[in-house]
Amino acid sequence: MMGQELFNTFILILLVVAALSALRIRDLLSSAVVFGVYSFLMCLLWAEMGAVDVAFTEATVGAGVSTVVFVATIFNLKRKSSD
Amino acid sequence: MKLISMIPVAAVGGLLLFAAKDFPEWGAVDSPASQSPVSSHFISHTGVDTEVPNMVTAVLADYRGFDTMFETVVVFIAGVAVLAILRGSGRRGSQKREFEVDAEPDLIVTNTVRLIVPVIQIFAFYVLAHGHVSPGGGFQGGVAMGASFILVALAWDLEVALERFSISRCMVVASLGIVIYGGIGFLSMILGGEFLDYAELEKVLPVSREMARYHAMLGVEIGVGFTVSAIMFALYANLSSEGRLKGGL
Repeated sequence: MMGQELFNTFILILLVVAALSALRIRDLLSSAVVFGVYSFLMCLLWAEMGAVDVAFTEATVGAGVSTVVFVATIFNLKRKSSD
Repeated sequence: MKLISMIPVAAVGGLLLFAAKDFPEWGAVDSPASQSPVSSHFISHTGVDTEVPNMVTAVLADYRGFDTMFETVVVFIAGVAVLAILRGSGRRGSQKREFEVDAEPDLIVTNTVRLIVPVIQIFAFYVLAHGHVSPGGGFQGGVAMGASFILVALAWDLEVALERFSISRCMVVASLGIVIYGGIGFLSMILGGEFLDYAELEKVLPVSREMARYHAMLGVEIGVGFTVSAIMFALYANLSSEGRLKGGL
């Protein structure tokens, strides 16, 4: 039980860090990748809570395909960073 | 301006944190979700009604099959919308984009992809077909299937992937998925039940009412998998090339 609490806290802290850095990072490509990290951390949380079906969907759609679609879209933008 | 927008953001954030305190504990027995008669009905009846061990799949594909059918239609419409917008944008055949280079596909990358794509596709079929028994199902299997084609497009270029799964074929497969799902629904209607009442399929399948629901769920999952895999690849192919359908990323 103690290990589970520790794991949850660790993941949740990383989640906040990933969310904030996805917003703060100037480069859109890096931002998309950090967003993928956020999805993967969410996937770990779902799996830990026993919602394996949701974790599976989050891993394939959130961390996998949507990151690729973000990157594909960013490559077609004229302006790639927000400076 | 930034400071002014910070005030409502902080206020709403504080309000949400304050409200989150009232949420029931994770897995609490007295939470509204656990106490509703629907949850206990699903827990006690799924195994008896449908013989499906994975309750999530049974709820998604059988009890709430109508909902899942239109979720699939939403995925289809999203794909068609992206296709319609990007194809009509008038930017097809425009000049080469700055990052496009005529380089040979990397030897290491292409050979690695050659090795792992079959594994991904077999895993996708496993996830789809095993969705009743273990986590997974049409959506996850379909996305994994679409991702394998995206991987081919990333390693070589879009033409190589489109040779194997062209956009027109994508649209045929995507529509076929919805036709399979709706067809199973109408078939159970023709056989005397209600729309998506899979138990009526026992009249055409040589199995019991429970196993008819079990097998019909596999049928609708295959339909969902068809639509999702085709739309995922069509989305990527159009977004990565602004609808011109050529060149790599």
